[in-house]
Formats: sequence, C-alpha cells, structure tokens
Amino acid sequence: MTPTRRTLLSLALVAAAGAAQAQQAPIKIASLVELSGTGATAGTNFKNGIELAVKEINAAGGILGRKIENTVMDTQSNPGVAKGLAQKAVDMDVFAVFGPVFSGSILVSMAETKRAEIPNFTGGEATAITQQGNPYIFRTSFTQATAMPKVARYMAGSLKAKTAAVIFVNNDFGKGGKDAIVKALEGWRIKVVAEVSTDAGQVDFSAPVLKAKQADPDAIFVYTNEEESARALRELRKQGWTKPIVGETTLTGQKVIDLAGEAANGAIAHVGLTVDAPNPPIRAFRTKFEKEFKYVSDHNGIKGYTGIYILKAAIEKVGKVDRAAVAKALHGLKVSAAKEPGVLMDVSIDAKGDLNRESFLVEVRNGKQEVKDVLPALAD
Amino acid sequence: MARCNGCHSPRAMVPALAPARWPHGHSNDRRTTMTDFLQLLISGIATGSIYALAALGFTLLWQASGTINFAQGEFVMLPAFMMLGFGALGAPLVLAFALTCIVAVFVLGAGFKRGVVDPLFKFGMMPIVVATIGLAMAMRNGVRAGYSAEAHPFPSLFGEKLFTVAGVTVSAADIGTLALALALVLGTQAFLGRTVTGRAMQAVAQNTESATVLGINVKRMIFYTFAINALLACAAALLVTPVYLAKFDMGESLGTKAFFAAIIGGFTNSRGALLGGVLVGVSENLAAAYVSPAYKDAVALVIFMAVILFKPEGLLGRKMERKV
Repeated sequence: MTPTRRTLLSLALVAAAGAAQAQQAPIKIASLVELSGTGATAGTNFKNGIELAVKEINAAGGILGRKIENTVMDTQSNPGVAKGLAQKAVDMDVFAVFGPVFSGSILVSMAETKRAEIPNFTGGEATAITQQGNPYIFRTSFTQATAMPKVARYMAGSLKAKTAAVIFVNNDFGKGGKDAIVKALEGWRIKVVAEVSTDAGQVDFSAPVLKAKQADPDAIFVYTNEEESARALRELRKQGWTKPIVGETTLTGQKVIDLAGEAANGAIAHVGLTVDAPNPPIRAFRTKFEKEFKYVSDHNGIKGYTGIYILKAAIEKVGKVDRAAVAKALHGLKVSAAKEPGVLMDVSIDAKGDLNRESFLVEVRNGKQEVKDVLPALAD
Repeated sequence: MARCNGCHSPRAMVPALAPARWPHGHSNDRRTTMTDFLQLLISGIATGSIYALAALGFTLLWQASGTINFAQGEFVMLPAFMMLGFGALGAPLVLAFALTCIVAVFVLGAGFKRGVVDPLFKFGMMPIVVATIGLAMAMRNGVRAGYSAEAHPFPSLFGEKLFTVAGVTVSAADIGTLALALALVLGTQAFLGRTVTGRAMQAVAQNTESATVLGINVKRMIFYTFAINALLACAAALLVTPVYLAKFDMGESLGTKAFFAAIIGGFTNSRGALLGGVLVGVSENLAAAYVSPAYKDAVALVIFMAVILFKPEGLLGRKMERKV
C-alpha cells in the first residue's frame, strides 16, 4: 500500500465516521432561565438541575444513543426577554425548551414554542399556564389547584379539623390560593369560619390574627409571602394560638424560619418537592447535586432535574426523536421511579400537562423543616 | 382556649351556633370583647410609639430649621443595616448601636446637612423637599442593589418574652418600645425647652438674625438639630427593625405614617408627635379589626385630612406665623 492509497483510505474512514456521527447528532435543548434579576435563585437552581441530569444521561450514553446538547440563556427575570429568547430557541430548531421558571415569563414565552410545536417544560406554578389548551406545555411541579386539595385532605384526615380560618395576602398569589383552598376545604366538609385578608408588606398582624382566633377554628391556614408569613407566625405565637397552623410551601421555607425564629416551630405545610424527603432517589439526588454545585438544591433544582428525565422517558417510550409524537406521548404518560430513577418519584402527566405525584407534609422543628408525612398522589 | 373560659369544645359550638363574623355568639361575649379590645389597643400603642419616634424627627427638623425631610423613613432604614453590618463583624447589639450612632451623626447628620440642605437652603423649602424625596429613592435602591433585596431578621433589644395579664398578651418588646419612645420624646422636649443649648436652638429656628445678634453660634445649633435627628433615627431603627425586619423598603410606609402622625399631632410640638403616632397606630388596629382590614391604611389618611380641615396646626400645635 502506497502512502497515497493509505491516506485515501484513512480519509474515507474519517468520512464514513462523520456520516455515522451525523445520524447520531445530539438532541438539542434550550434552557431559558432566570440567571439574573429577582428570579436568579429559582432560575439558577432549575438550570443546575437540568445540567446535572444532562451530564448523567450523556455519561450513560444519551437518549436512544444520542447525546443531549443544552444551550443556556438568561431571561433576566423579564417576560419580554424570555419571549425573545424563546423565539431564538425556535430558530435554533431545538427539540425541547426548558423554562422559564417564573409564571409571568412562561405565560408569554410559551406562545413561541407552541407555534413552533416544541415541547416546553416549565417550573411555573400559576394555575393559568395549563388552562389555555396549549398541547406543548408541561409542568415540572404542582399548581395551587393540585396542592390545595392535598392540604385539605390532610386537614380533614390527620388533623380532624371541622372548621378552619384562612389568612391570605390580598394579591394574585394570595387570592388564587385562597380560592383554591376554600374550594378544597368545602370538598372535605371543613367549614371556613373566617377569611381574613392582609396586605402585602403588612407589618402588624395583631388584628388579622385576632380576627382568625375569634372565629374559633380548629386550624388556621396561612397563605402569605415570606415576610408576612414570618410576622403572622410571630403574632400567632404571641397571642397564644396552640392549635395547628397549616400552610402551603412558603410557610415552612427556610427564609420564613430564619425571620420568624422560634415562632416558626410547629408550623405545618404541604410541599411538592423537598430535598429532605425520606426517599432514597431524592437523597441520592441531593448528594449528587451538592457534590457538583457545592450547595444544597432547593425545589427548583428538583424540577429541572426531573423534567429532563420525564422528557427522556417520553422519547424512549416513542422510540424515536420525533417532537410531535413525543408531545403526544407526554400527555397521559406515567413514569415509575423504579424504571426511571431520574424522575425520583412516580409521576403521571394529564391531558393538560399538569402532573400528579406524591408530595410531603413537613413540620418545622427546632428551626428546621422536617418531613412528617408522605402524601400519596391524588386519585385521578 | 384561654379566652373562652365558659365554653369547652369549640367544635361543638362553632359550626352550629357561632357565625363567622365578629363578635361570635357566646355567653362570655362582653369579657372576650374587652380583652380583644385591650389586645388591639396595646399592639396599637406599641406600633404607634414607633410612628411617634420617626414623627419626632419631622417635628424637630421643622422646628429647628424649617425643613421637611421626606427621607425620614430611609434615615431609619439605613442605621438598621449599619447595625446588621456591625453585628456581622461580631459586635454585640449595644456596641453595634453605639457605633451606628457615631457613623449616623456624621453621615445622616453632618453629611445630610452639608450635602443637601446647605446648598439648597437659599432656594426655599420646596427644593429641599424634592431633594429629600430623591435622596430617599437613592438610599432605598442603593441598599437594594448594594446589599440585598431580601428581608433580614434583626435581634430585639428586649428579648422575646411574653406576659399575659388578664387575658391580654403583651411582649417585652411592646413595653420596652413604648417606654423608650416615651423617654426619648419627653427627653428631647425637655432638652429643647430647659437647656441653654436647646433654647438657643429654638431661638435660631424662630429668628436666625436675632439669634446671631445674641451671640448664638447659628451654624453649630443647626448642626445639633441634624445630629439629634440622626440619633433619634438610630434609636427608632433599634426599636422598629425587629418588627419591621431589615429591608430596603422598610422606610417607605414608616416615613409616610410618621409624616401623617407629625401633622396630626402638630408640627410645632414634640409631644404632638407622640400623640399623633399613638393615635394613628391605635385607630389603624381598631379599624382593621372592627371595620375591615382593607381600610387599615386609609385610617391615617382620614384623620390627617380631618385635622388639616378643622385644626390645621395639629392637635397639640400652636398657630404659627409664616417664617421668612
């Protein structure tokens, strides 16, 4: 073999390899996340969760033999920027879009992914996101409408409450939550004996707490933002309230515990996702995440991580990298953690893109959130 | 169940008998009503004394130099963050407070006077008022961008102890705040009225030229006013931040309420600030409980308007000729 022929042969081999590689091109995804602005904490966690999952999947050989290629873009927590970046992701012809996490952003950016028929996974929790008949939107967490029935079920079952007072903050978040919990409580025949409205930024909670106490409920449900939750907890302690204080996610967050101090102890809340869950896959996720990023993930990290694995399960179910088929398969998809450990918990997605799975009941003890109970998924 | 001595099971009576609204159908109604009222009154007085401290700064600056400082709320916010900063460096609360007072006299006292009031004084009051509004925005956003947009817990000087007297719960912080605020208001007034320096300061405020003729060091007296204002702001920060939480925008509502309180009580009288503050605090609380929480913030405004219409000099103020 002359040197020339040898060179030609090797060139041919390289070309062949290149052609094979073209067939196995990576699956491109785009992450539109809040890396700056008010959503920086949420967005960074969501992005890190995605990156960890992508790294693991690629190390294990990819999806159907194809690696994932993730492009990260910063929405600056700005819905307008998010919409522009969604358009950019569409132009890049990505297979799926992850994020934004902020409900306000996804509500405007999902129009772009819907038009291009690209599956879009969000961390947003506003009920409205999946109420608009968009067949390409999928959640990675609960909404108020799915969380509140679980809270009500717990209050009726474990707490045996017959009456409840609701203290809520008078903004979209608070009013949406209040409507959802009142409806859910009525479903469990718990009488709402007082609905007490408070202002965002309210400092003195003596009057709202007194009003709630006067109605003499078996439990008080508190649905306000972080600072106000802390003030409400302090005032409840001050006025000697000893019956249960129940909340949803915010009430037992670490920020509230820091601000409320001792008064946070004993508060109970439903949380959709927590790294403290007594669940081996979640524990393993927590360790891997902490090793990779040198801090403990919040619930948004879990959203990003499990979102990627839900997509993987859907692609593998379809058996080919086909956007329309995968979007179709995602509706009604059930993934068990036994089969796909990356989803961390058994999960099912309904026709609207909302998901259902186990969640947790936590109680604040000694200034730390502790998981008290695992709440099964709601019956379909 | 401390306040429902007569009835045993809440479950037995609530759904059947008691309506959701206040007051509930109950044999011990009157007693419950009374304790509830006292509870609201005491929380209201505690909140009101906080307003009073900030309001005192308004009246002081007005009396001594004829200026209105709309950054008064931010003058409380900034020392709160300074104390947090010194605390983070390991200083105990009292030391942090002392250090903050020193820094505040220079920054919020001398700095504010030299940087904002002195250059604008010759143009009259309005430019200063507008400048303080701008200063307030700059301080708020400076802290938000430079430190943090989140709320931070702040240690209480009086601890978290609670007392229950005749069914009313009072915290050590409520009593301590009220006592200290009262002492500061009365102390400031005694200083202005009884000491040579204080009288000299008032003389400067009433007629600068005559004061100069009398041999009073006008510049120094005006500086004293700003320094005292800065110290009062530090004291207010120490008392309010455990409740308000250290946050960049904590001064916004505090400043507004304090301004209303100062007008209601009378801009020309330091005791008026105390009365105005407590009046606003108590009526807010009572309105929130007995009328509707939605009207809580409107109460201060309604009293403010009533005072402006019927007794423009304020409840304790005296009529004043226009200053030249």
